[in-house]
Amino acid sequence: MLDSILAIWSQIPEAIRVSALIVLKILAIVLPLLGVVAYLTYAERKVIGYMQARVGPNRVGPAGLLQPIADAAKLAFKEIVIPARANRALFIIAPVLSFLPALVAWAVVPFADGAVLANVDAGLLFILALTSFGVYGIILAGWASNSKYAFLGAMRAAAQMVSYELAMGFALIGVLMAANSLKLNDIVLAQQGGFWHWYFIPLFPLFLVYWISGVAETNRLPFDVVEGESEIVAGFHVEYGGMGFALFFLAEYANMTLIATLVATLFMGGWLSPLENVPVLGQLPLLGQNGFHWLALKVAFFLFCFLWFRATFPRYRYDQIMRLGWKVFIPVTIVWLAVVGVFVHTGFGPWF
Amino acid sequence: MFQLVLFYAFSAVLIGAALAVITARNPVHSVLFLVLAFVTSAGLWLLIDAEFLAIVLVLVYVGAVMVLFLFVVMMIDVDVATLRDGFNRSLPLGLGIVALIVLELSVVLGGSRFSDPRGPVPLADGGSNIRALGEVMYTQYVYPFEIASVILLVAIVAAISLTMRRRPGRRLQDPGLQVQARPEDRLRIVKMPSEPRK
Repeated sequence: MLDSILAIWSQIPEAIRVSALIVLKILAIVLPLLGVVAYLTYAERKVIGYMQARVGPNRVGPAGLLQPIADAAKLAFKEIVIPARANRALFIIAPVLSFLPALVAWAVVPFADGAVLANVDAGLLFILALTSFGVYGIILAGWASNSKYAFLGAMRAAAQMVSYELAMGFALIGVLMAANSLKLNDIVLAQQGGFWHWYFIPLFPLFLVYWISGVAETNRLPFDVVEGESEIVAGFHVEYGGMGFALFFLAEYANMTLIATLVATLFMGGWLSPLENVPVLGQLPLLGQNGFHWLALKVAFFLFCFLWFRATFPRYRYDQIMRLGWKVFIPVTIVWLAVVGVFVHTGFGPWF
Repeated sequence: MFQLVLFYAFSAVLIGAALAVITARNPVHSVLFLVLAFVTSAGLWLLIDAEFLAIVLVLVYVGAVMVLFLFVVMMIDVDVATLRDGFNRSLPLGLGIVALIVLELSVVLGGSRFSDPRGPVPLADGGSNIRALGEVMYTQYVYPFEIASVILLVAIVAAISLTMRRRPGRRLQDPGLQVQARPEDRLRIVKMPSEPRK
């Protein structure tokens, strides 16, 4: 059986085989990602439910486990209403533009040593470029809806994303100074040798800045003035229903997963085991070994933090968000970049 | 072969988008077509292995500059009719400038550079051109590079100081003081004897 499949496979022309493999790899990344996104919404409702002494969804399926599927089915069958004075073409393109970069950025994310769709040299730059592209979907949605609330949300999104991107970029410069590479795979490999080799220790301020800016980039609480229910109803997606809304929703959760993965990869050693080089514990069968399971655990932790923040913090006021981005984060990152420069020059600790 | 098809496809989209930038009736559409033009020229650069330039073009122009452009264009209320009027009036002047630029470019670059069949020369050690670019920029050309960045910094400071106004009577918050506030500063608990029962 397997032999005959392999025989057929080898008869296919080379060009088609290569493209088919790439498409299969893309599916192997995107389909699990959509699963993660679906169950992240379930986890969010459950976690926040328990934090607020409720149970969360528990009706559809055992312990409410089929809830995300029911939600998706409901959204897929809803009518898409396009407002009469809206700009039709842009109104339809906007959700696509916000979902697209959220998926494309995964092309350069390594899941284990070498397990990456495209191990490009400028991986980190590629991710920066794509995450900055995501804001167009939000701005266009706000503008094309031709609604005051949506427009206010779009304006806030543009200002917030541009301000926090700078801090994020500066934080990444620290990482690439330490790792001496823009390749995500090499950045993880540079952190080998147990959790005290990970970059969150020497780059701690940059780690905090990147993580908090990541929360702000994804418009999650406490930085969700873009949606701000109590002020501007639902912000940029107030006019969207059905699949249009679902795409924004998917994009937000895919971006959250991406930020969590990036924080885990850049600062917490990616797929590396924290017990590497630890006597006795490092010999444990699964826990001591590097592999995808460690990346998944770290990503799950940071995703939990997203939900935790949402349940714990009150919303920031708009001017305070701007102050935090420009007057606190950017000076902190610039000072710490100078410190990292000294570290690199003196070969400080096990990191440089 | 495939790259040639991509090249002509990107070029066609690029020229179409560039024309649409100046012919679109709605200024927001113009900005979006400019974004499309940037993205397709980044694609063209990727085809000649200039991935650093391509990514930086998307990062800086699409990701930051055009977002602010869009931000401003969306908020100003443009009267499209007067804009169209100006378009027809300044069309001859614009065409003249375009002809001049084409002439200058063809004098400087010449036809020989466009028909070079060799394409980009691969690096001797097979390294990435990002590394090569960085090495050249931070060793051979480090002073011009730093002088250029200082000039940019001066321009930023000048622009900010020109537009900064100090209005009297502005009420600003001091976040440091706000953070330091303690409950005792804001709330005074007064102990009072309860009224005796009659």
